[in-house]
Formats: sequence, C-alpha cells, structure tokens
Amino acid sequence: MKAQGQVFKYGDNVDTDVIIPARYLNSSDPKELATHCMEDIDTEFVNRVQKGDIIVADKNFGCGSSREHAPIAIKASGISCVIAKTFARIFYRNAINIGLPIIECPEAAKAIKAGDEVSIDFDSGIIIDHTINKEFKGQPFPEFMQKIIKAEGLINYINEKG
Amino acid sequence: MMGMTMTQKILAAHAGLAQVTAGQLIEANLDLVLGNDITSPVAIKEMEKMKLDGVFDKDKIALVPDHFVPNKDIKSAEHCKCVREFARKNEITNYFEVGEMGIEHALLPEKGLTVPGDVIIGADSHTCTYGAVGAFSTGIGSTDMAAGMATGKAWFKVPAAIKFILTGKPAKWISGKDIILHIIGMIGVDGALYQSMEFVGDGIGYLSMDDRFTIANMAIEAGGKNGIFPVDAKTIVYLEEHTKRPYKIYTADEDAEYVAEYTIELDKLRPTVAFPHLPENTKTIDEVGEVKVDQVVIGSCTNGRMDDMRIAAKVLEGRHVAKGMRCIIIPATQAIYMQAMEEGLLKTFIQAGAVVSTPTCGPCLGGYMGILAEGERCISTTNRNFVGRMGHVNSEVYLASPAVAAASAVTGKISCPCELD
Repeated sequence: MKAQGQVFKYGDNVDTDVIIPARYLNSSDPKELATHCMEDIDTEFVNRVQKGDIIVADKNFGCGSSREHAPIAIKASGISCVIAKTFARIFYRNAINIGLPIIECPEAAKAIKAGDEVSIDFDSGIIIDHTINKEFKGQPFPEFMQKIIKAEGLINYINEKG
Repeated sequence: MMGMTMTQKILAAHAGLAQVTAGQLIEANLDLVLGNDITSPVAIKEMEKMKLDGVFDKDKIALVPDHFVPNKDIKSAEHCKCVREFARKNEITNYFEVGEMGIEHALLPEKGLTVPGDVIIGADSHTCTYGAVGAFSTGIGSTDMAAGMATGKAWFKVPAAIKFILTGKPAKWISGKDIILHIIGMIGVDGALYQSMEFVGDGIGYLSMDDRFTIANMAIEAGGKNGIFPVDAKTIVYLEEHTKRPYKIYTADEDAEYVAEYTIELDKLRPTVAFPHLPENTKTIDEVGEVKVDQVVIGSCTNGRMDDMRIAAKVLEGRHVAKGMRCIIIPATQAIYMQAMEEGLLKTFIQAGAVVSTPTCGPCLGGYMGILAEGERCISTTNRNFVGRMGHVNSEVYLASPAVAAASAVTGKISCPCELD
C-alpha cells in the first residue's frame, strides 16, 4: 500500500475542535464534514486539498474530543495519510478504525515542509520527500492495521472476516 | 511477580489474566459502554453494517443525549431521534430522555452506574471522569463504541502510569479544578499521553467526591488514557448513597512501576486560570493581570455538580454580576438542579443577574446556549479553551474554578474571590 501527494503542514496540538468544529457536528455525513475540515486554523485547506494529499504535523495531533468526525472529515477531504511527531490516543484509535492511514515519524514531521511532494510505503514505513530528496523511516503498519485500512475501517474488516 | 498499578490490576482482572505489563495488548470485558447524541448516531450506523441481532447486554449500555439537547436545531433532533429509536428497539435500560437526562459524566455516577473496579468505555473523551470512584474508564470513538455494544469487549494497550502524590489540606478557594489545571500546566497537554494518571496521598482525604470527579475528568486534557483515585471512606459513603451494584476495590501494589512521580502540595496552591488556547497555558490568579471578560459559564461535566453550585452561590450571594456581563449557570443534572432549587441557590443566581439553564453541554463545545461573538472573552468552568471552542474563531476562553468564575462575573474581569471580601 502506498500514498503520494502534496503536503499541508501544521504545528503542535492540532485539536479536534479545529479539525472539525463542534458547530458542524449536527451532521455525521462525511462529505458535509469535509467541507469544513481544518477551517478554524486554515481557511484555504478545503479549497486547495487534492485527492491523495498528505497532512504533516508536530506533536499531539488530534488532541481533545473523541469525535470520530475528525478523522472522517480528514479522510473525506481526500487526505491519504497524516504524518505526525505524535498523535493523541483517541484520535490514533479512531483513525485506524475508520481506515485513515496515520504514521508517527518525528524526523519526517520536522523536516518536511508545506507544499513538498511526499510518498509513503505503508509496508516498509518508508517516507520519501521528493522535493528535498530525503528519506525517513516511520513505523511500518502491522498487517492487521493494513487490512483494516484496505477494508476502509474496522467494521468492514470484521464483516469481511466473517 | 512484578507489581501492578491500580489501572493494570483492573485491566488484568477484566482480561482474565493474573498479570499484565505496560505495553501489552489485551482484550477486556466491559462493564459499561456509553455514547451521547453526537457520537452514538455514527456508532449506530456502524453497528447496523454488522447485521447483528442486538447488543451484547441491554443493561450495560448507557445512551445520554446531552450535547445539543434539548435539541438546538432540526439536524440535532434527527440525531437524537436515531438514538431514541435505537434505544427503544434494543430495549436499552439506561437511555435518558430530556427530563431525566443530565450531562453524561455527572449523571452516570449519580445514577450508580459507575462503581470501583469497573472497565468503562465511552464515546466521549471525558469518560475518564469515573476514575474518581476507582474505575478504569476511558474515551474512545464511535467505531469502538459500536464494537463494544456488539461484543461487550474492547482491546487495550496496557498503559504505563504517572503517580501524582497530593499532600496537605487545600488552601482557601482551592478546588479540584485548581489542582488539575496546576497539574496540566506542569506536565503539558501531552504530558500523560497514552498513560494512566494515578492520584495518591493524604491530600485526597480533604477532597470531596465532586473535586475528584473534576480532577479525573480533565486527565484527557493532559493526554492521559485515564485518571484514577483510590477508594476511601468518602468513596464508600458516595457509593452507599448512589448504588446497589456490587463492586470490587483494587489497590496498586507497593512495588508498582511508575514512569514519573510528582508531589503537589495542596496547601501551597493558588487559584489557577488557563489562558487561551490550551489548558496548559496556566497562570496563578496573582499572575493574571487585568483581563476583562464578556461572559461567564459555570457548568459542564467538569464543574456542574453540587459543590460547584454551592461555591458559585456563596460568591454571588448578596452581589450582582457586573453591568453588561452575561453569567450562565448550568446545573449538570436534574437532581443537582432540584437540590440547588431546594437550597435556594437558584434564587441567589437569578437575583445576582445570572441565568440558569436546564442541563446541557451547550456552550462548552460551542454548541448553543452561550456562543461567543468575534473578539469576545469568556471565563468558564469547562474543560477546553481551544481556538473557536465556544464560538467565533477569534473569541477566547479562560478556564477556571467556579469560585474564580463567579467572582469574575461580579467584577467583570478575571478575579480572585478573595478580592471580594
């Protein structure tokens, strides 16, 4: 499994309230949520994001509320992977459960810049920044997590397993 | 055998294991699965995909519509309808309709649904509140809630723990809120990431159950997986008043391992305020300076309990909120509302120029019932002060105790209640 796209870069402690503000949580429709993704810290995100693009952030990405609407909004906006120095615990679980690939890699989180072209190989955990021509080693996904992501989420995975 | 923390012992028992160690992956049996009106509809949709006959145990699921309830708009009403119909179809015992509902984390302990030794998951990050009664409880998302409702099980990575030793008697005006804000200021919003926060020490004996609920509630604001208190005489009295459920008391082994230890001298603390836009941006009341505020909110799963109502009334008694100030007070459950009425606190609030609302999460997450306009400031007893949390992206939330919030309502700027004496 691979992902490739352009990078949106954010700092520390990107919380779930800025990923998807609670004023939009009267909806649970992924497409509708995606139209407000990141708007409180980056009003241009929804206009610029292309399918396959990648979010790179520093520590504690996804802190705050347990709203699964946050990874759902990111995934529905077209983002193929989030790379961060660290993730908040509930967000990490939720992202895997809904099939949004995420990967912890402090070196990549530090070096990669906004607008860089980046690819990720989930089997090996290798992250390549093609713009600065640099390679990083992130945590490879365990096989069961790859299967969950391929099935587009935990529930589909459980159903497919039968 | 290596010693285990209180959290590890509870998890081991629920996984049918004699021993667990930090980092180990386990599958644990659940005593309670919780959801609200925002997270449950997503979980219900996921569960429907699973084509099951029903839930694992209709008595071990709690559904509490509380965030946008009483419904603020049509879409919220549709979400609540979805939860209501699911509860009816599956004969969920602990579904709480408007009229009996309260803010979930104040309501469930009050109803006796959370007891020592339980393993509880909830699709709400402040599910960690029940650590106050000696349970392992943690927030999860809607998919985990769906799997939990279906199977009665969840997987966990056994957490390492940080020990917080609380010593001495809290100084005047110091509440659970000041203690937890002080701790978050000290270790940061990811200071306990993936870890348990275990509270011990002689200072705990001075803390009311409401103080402990407030402290455990905000463990998530330090990134913690859970926050947990030992069961003592006060816990037992609380349980006798609220539940008939049998329970088991777990205590940490003397040789349990902790990744870090902090001692907090409660007699030396000062009222503490978290500045925008992170709960870790704390200052003592002496360092605050002149900060004018437009609104005060006293309520939420963090500080909407009886102690909070009483202290707010004590500060507001015989006083009036500053001109142009909006002071919104939200008792967290119907029982608290009723008790506040019987004690005459509601009259005190209204005479002071505050408004009193029916239980709801409302303004805490910027839902409704006190949304901020551009450039406005609120001092609030809630739990988060992120960008845009209570309204406009350019509004500000300051977190504080009910005493400080009430005093600030009177003066119109962030104030210590001691200044009013």
